[in-house]
Amino acid sequence: MSLQRDKDYGTPASPAEQSVTLEIDGFEVTVPEGTSVMRAASSIGIEIPKLCATDSLEPFGSCRLCLVQVEGARGYPASCTTPVAAGMKVKTQTDKLADIRRGVMELYISDHPLDCLTCSANGNCELQDMAGTVGLREVRYGYEGKNHLKSEKDGSNPYFSFDPSKCIVCSRCVRACEETQGTFALPIDGRGFDSVISPGQHQAFMDSECVSCGACVQACPTATLMEKSVIDKGQADHSIITTCAYCGVGCSFKAEMKGAEVVRMVPDKDGKANHGHSCVKGRFAFGYATHPDRITSPMIRKSIHEPWQKVSWDEAINYAASEFKRIQAKHGRHSVGALTSSRCTNEEAYLVQKLVRAAFGNNNVDTCARVCHSPTGYGLKQTLGESAGTQTFDSVMKSDVIVVIGANPTDGHPVFGSLMKKRIRQGAKLIVVDPREIDLVKSAHVQADYHLKLKPGTNVALVTALAHVIVTEGLVREDFVAERCEVDSYRKWKEFVALPHHSPEATEAATGVPAETLRAAARLYATAGNGAIYYGLGVTEHSQGSTTVIGIANLAMATGNVGREGVGVNPLRGQNNVQGSCDMGSFPHELPGYRHVSDALVRSEFEDAWGVTLEAEPGLRIPNMFAAALDGSFKGLYCEGEDIAQSDPDTQHVHAALQAMECVVVQDLFLNETAKFAHVFLPGASFLEKTGTFTNAERRISPVRRVMPPLAGYEDWEVTQMLSNALGYPMNYGSGPEILDEIARLVPTFHGVSFKKLDELGSVQWPCNESAPEGTPTMHIDQFVRGKGRFMLTEYVPTQERTSSRFPLILTTGRILSQYNVGAQTRRTQNNAWHAEDRLEIHPHDAEQRGIKDGDWVGIKSRQGETVLRATVSERMQPGVVYTTFHFPESGANVITTDNSDWATNCPEYKVTAVQVTPVSQTSEWQQQFQAFTEQQLSHLEKASAG
Amino acid sequence: MSTKIYVPCDSSALSLGAESVAQAIVREAAARNFEITLVRNGSRGLYWLEPLIEVETANGRVAYGPVQSGDVAGLFDAGFLGGQQHALALGPTEEISYLKKQERLTNARVGITDPVSLDDYLAHDGYKGLKNALTMAPAAIVKEVTDSGLRGRGGAAFPTGIKWNTVLNAPAEQKYIVCNADEGDSGTFSDRMIMEGDPFVLIEGMTIAGLAVGATQGYIYLRVEYPHAHKNLNAAIAAAHQAGYLGSNICGSGKAFDVEVRLGAGAYVCGEETALLESIEGKRGMVRFKPPLPAIKGLFGQPTVINNVISLASVPIILDKGGAHYRDYGMGRSRGTLPIQLAGNIKRPGLVEKAFGITLRELLYDYGGGSASGRPIRAVQVGGPLGAFVPESQFDTPLDYEAFAANWAVLGHGGVVVFDDTVDMARMARYAMEFCAIESCGKCTPCRIGSTRGVEVMDKIIQNQDKARNIQLLRDLGDTMLAGSLCALGGMTPYPVLSALNHFPEDFGVDKTSEAA
Ligand SMILES: Cc1cc2nc3c(=O)[nH]c(=O)nc-3n(C[C@H](O)[C@H](O)[C@H](O)COP(=O)(O)O)c2cc1C
Ligand code: SF4
Ligand code: SF4
Ligand code: SF4
Ligand code: SF4
Ligand code: FES
Repeated sequence: MSLQRDKDYGTPASPAEQSVTLEIDGFEVTVPEGTSVMRAASSIGIEIPKLCATDSLEPFGSCRLCLVQVEGARGYPASCTTPVAAGMKVKTQTDKLADIRRGVMELYISDHPLDCLTCSANGNCELQDMAGTVGLREVRYGYEGKNHLKSEKDGSNPYFSFDPSKCIVCSRCVRACEETQGTFALPIDGRGFDSVISPGQHQAFMDSECVSCGACVQACPTATLMEKSVIDKGQADHSIITTCAYCGVGCSFKAEMKGAEVVRMVPDKDGKANHGHSCVKGRFAFGYATHPDRITSPMIRKSIHEPWQKVSWDEAINYAASEFKRIQAKHGRHSVGALTSSRCTNEEAYLVQKLVRAAFGNNNVDTCARVCHSPTGYGLKQTLGESAGTQTFDSVMKSDVIVVIGANPTDGHPVFGSLMKKRIRQGAKLIVVDPREIDLVKSAHVQADYHLKLKPGTNVALVTALAHVIVTEGLVREDFVAERCEVDSYRKWKEFVALPHHSPEATEAATGVPAETLRAAARLYATAGNGAIYYGLGVTEHSQGSTTVIGIANLAMATGNVGREGVGVNPLRGQNNVQGSCDMGSFPHELPGYRHVSDALVRSEFEDAWGVTLEAEPGLRIPNMFAAALDGSFKGLYCEGEDIAQSDPDTQHVHAALQAMECVVVQDLFLNETAKFAHVFLPGASFLEKTGTFTNAERRISPVRRVMPPLAGYEDWEVTQMLSNALGYPMNYGSGPEILDEIARLVPTFHGVSFKKLDELGSVQWPCNESAPEGTPTMHIDQFVRGKGRFMLTEYVPTQERTSSRFPLILTTGRILSQYNVGAQTRRTQNNAWHAEDRLEIHPHDAEQRGIKDGDWVGIKSRQGETVLRATVSERMQPGVVYTTFHFPESGANVITTDNSDWATNCPEYKVTAVQVTPVSQTSEWQQQFQAFTEQQLSHLEKASAG
Repeated sequence: MSTKIYVPCDSSALSLGAESVAQAIVREAAARNFEITLVRNGSRGLYWLEPLIEVETANGRVAYGPVQSGDVAGLFDAGFLGGQQHALALGPTEEISYLKKQERLTNARVGITDPVSLDDYLAHDGYKGLKNALTMAPAAIVKEVTDSGLRGRGGAAFPTGIKWNTVLNAPAEQKYIVCNADEGDSGTFSDRMIMEGDPFVLIEGMTIAGLAVGATQGYIYLRVEYPHAHKNLNAAIAAAHQAGYLGSNICGSGKAFDVEVRLGAGAYVCGEETALLESIEGKRGMVRFKPPLPAIKGLFGQPTVINNVISLASVPIILDKGGAHYRDYGMGRSRGTLPIQLAGNIKRPGLVEKAFGITLRELLYDYGGGSASGRPIRAVQVGGPLGAFVPESQFDTPLDYEAFAANWAVLGHGGVVVFDDTVDMARMARYAMEFCAIESCGKCTPCRIGSTRGVEVMDKIIQNQDKARNIQLLRDLGDTMLAGSLCALGGMTPYPVLSALNHFPEDFGVDKTSEAA
């Protein structure tokens, strides 16, 4: 282990295929056309001095350290901005060049504090390095002249500080904010010597548009923009590559360490999902891992009304096992079950479902994907044949028109959102389908060509109307359909969507989208070249979630937008490993690799490997578990890394179900909402404390590497293994990678995956097997996984959740950039500085009607329950629709959501709830109960610590 | 019969009272029942004689100047409508020796016509170049310009035909013609005179450029302090449109070209071509690196011709009379004429358009009449604030790009600013550094920090601190800026600074003999 400093070639690689041969300092070098002289030199180990160039950004040519001499050319061209030419003869070191470089460096240092020894960048500073490289020995200008040494420091951002006295005005931060992040928060202010970096209009970072992605900090060659953790702790001594545990982008990070302490998380330049970019969560919000709220000792209690008791691991495991055995003995084999986590590794999810099927002997396993992307799994499997997105993230860079449906990438999948924005700035067209004016609709240098601002719950009508236009206006790629799809299903579908009641004119009343706009959008998608659809929970979390997914797949097939780069159907997965947990057999009806439990051949493979007999009947889904708990037939639950008490709809119903169980085992980092109903608490390990793999939204399997020992002594899979052993089913894995080997043996799309391969390649996208040893970036290339693509009919059935005079508004939910889902992690970091509470967004018209002003407390009441939040009056909403995030348990967003769900997969209809909103002066009854209950549970926890 | 009287509406004449003179003439004529036609022409460029008014007589135009409104009644009394004698009478305009000896190709109509009258323009050979161009293949137009030997008059003297050829050969759906009318050099006014005095010639030149390279849209990036030019350009554009000289079907040829005026951002550096493009795109006027050249990737990333006003305004006559005609003027590799602008401490400031080859001495004494103060001329700065100071010993150098370069001097945009023997050249050097510090866009280090340090070093030299060491530092800094700057603002500031030091070391308190450049 050592600290890896990435090689910096100075300028980005050229994509050209043609190559050019030239001579640098007498060495011949051949590079792709369009490569800079600087990069060409670097590729043969000649490092030309530089400060403003870095290979993650386009060249800029401002520092003038990198000047070279070219035979036959006048002057001293900058090597970072000069492209190679055939036969060019370059000299990178001459006396004259040495003079120029020393002269430039002397100027730099004449306006720089002589602080190196006490500077946070000491030992890792490009300015310092360059002063050494060019041999600066003296600053003859003295230090009395005009300077910036007294400039005030800006420490407003919780994670990094800005010390303008050390700024060399190289604009790397400015360019990173523009090119990489796409936020344009950091302009240069002033001219000449007075040029300074200035967030917003002379604002502090926290008051500016800055989203704290850290790209500028990453790009800064000096101590000017610096992580506060480095200022506090000093430079790291070693680094380890791992994968972010937040969203489904799955960014690769270098954890820079001092011993077992993380100094900072640096996005990995070689990361294939993120290419060195990051967001505020992955980059900075890792402090939760060592937060004092972490519970590091196992605990048990007989009843949830009793204080917790700290016990040894053995005692806790044995107690849990004995309880499950007791319950199964008394109430039958099917009275217990488990939930796998989309936060844990593939190996851990695999092990939990294995425990259920082998040790519990039933199929009662489910996962939180139930509540988010289960319709994706169903819809894509039915139509295309595989329950996953079809593309890589990079594919978007080849798209000509991008359709975003019910997703908010700049908040939910920020790093991919930035990539998408980059492509849009390059000229790709954009269609946004969303009830809300999300940032993509209009932000710096990005504007949607069409925003179809539909009414929540009308996705199917809209998607079918798009199909209607494509079919009736003759925009179908008939050749593609004839070759690649089922002729029969296509014919039926074509007739179906052509029916007059699917026309945009007919659906306009339901969707609220003007027919002409919808027609124009449909034409654009069908005819603009490569069309790619990205969608999120705004599609799936509906009573017709699966139908919309199917409708999207239909659109892509009909327009020939599947099977190459730049196109495709792309679910933006919520959690880091939601794809993985689904792949790993976390659903009650599917064994790992999406193979149905009723298939005897499949079962027998697993039975042979596991040495048990498997049930042929699917087990209980989460909502069924709750129902069974309430009717007394389901009594024990092993819940790993998931917080159903907060995240699942209809909170009161969930709480009642949990209370009805006899043994709830929660394995988690914190005493989460579900743990407040638990009898056994098994401390979990954060992603920093274990080794395994995550699979992101583009099917990319990336390594998670342990950078510190588990705080409570065990990685999560070890705990599952102990529990299994105590239940009487032996497991003897020595490491996460060993479990991966078993998965690779049993899952056909994983046959070629191993940790060794991940060490070599960094990451791979499944299917990865004999026919694709290095993985599969784009799916369905020559044919669909299921053979011929299948069109399916998508009749619009309005949700039962209707507005009425009592509940006249529609509530829809979503998340924001700085917080992550239930917030258990991000709420325990300084990300609260951006979002310290959930708020209800409401259109000024609706607010005015109710006498609600910005910041007022409002009660939100549905048929299900009531909660109270503060209001934000916002034009982003459409009249009649209100919106909230769900990151704080006390917000009780799910107290109001209903138990409606997707017809195919039971995915809850989070996105549509009829509500009334009224000004109030106190919190809701549920919230008061919640607070009392929380206080009680915390005192139970405190007693455990005391005891 | 009505008498034609010309009173210039050029802003230099206006600033000297031309407007009230015009009003006085109208008043007096009405009072005396004389029928007159008042024409507001451009300036003849004889600035010490402005407001210079002319009367059309049977023997041609007769000039009077400088005229103030109080002189008008007397002029009428003297019978100036008949071209009679008066204390302010200058005789037939064309015979004034300052004008007579000039070779006005580019400025052929300036001061003669009504600037915004298309008829007047057409009557004076206007749009003949375009008519020819419309019959030619694009490459042939480019070749004519290449053959003329025309080099960019904005400062860098790059051959215009070669630049156009690059744009012609760059494949693109959209190309642009951008006219650099930012005219930021102190003491220069030739761009303004053309735009105020003969805007059609610029529009015609741009239209020809558009035909030559396949561009359909032109922009004139106009210095914001030029409101009169703005007005006249817009009027001329509207008239050209009306008459089908601009628009989607130029003279019925089926070819399209349009021109739009964009106002500058008011910074000197916005005259630098790439900063100018950024500014038109709505961004900060920051210099871009080259390559890619604007000819390949210019405005909005498209191939773009960017030329100075004079470069473009010289094109119509080249297309009218042929490249060879233009080429016949000049010397060496400096072909055609250069509108020289005499300013500063000079008795007869103004515009002198002459073929290359005339010497500075002829300009300063035969035209300029020596210094205004009557003291000996000690130095002239040629080529704007980034041009070198030329000492008396070099006044016999012919105006020629290469001859000047051999003296480590430049011609630039043709501005000549004169200083007599009271000038302190160390102060001038400091001023040049300060100019750079004030105008620096701040992108590149040598200029951003160097110019400010340069002022500080000059201060130390002036204050006699550690002189030898600071002189050496100034030279080293000069080398760094010269070799290292991204654009010519930082890259040429050492010209005035080091030329002052080299030619006038005594002003820096150093021994002349100890200083070899
Ligand atoms: C700091 C700076 C200021 C400039 N200002 C002007 C200007 O005001 N007008 C101009 O025509 N060229 C100006 N130039 C030169 C232009 O960059 C460019 O060379 C010219 O517009 C090209 O046109 P030409 O080839 O017709 O000369 C300037 C250059 C620099 C470095
Ligand atoms: S930023 Fe770099 S050069 Fe400046 S004081 Fe810190 S270590 Fe030294
Ligand atoms: S942290 Fe990100 S958004 Fe903020 S200024 Fe830096 S690059 Fe821009
Ligand atoms: S803050 Fe850093 S990256 Fe930005 S200009 Fe200053 S030194 Fe460069
Ligand atoms: S030389 Fe000066 S004006 Fe030119 S790019 Fe550099 S800083 Fe800007
Ligand atoms: S690295 Fe090339 S100019 Fe800065």
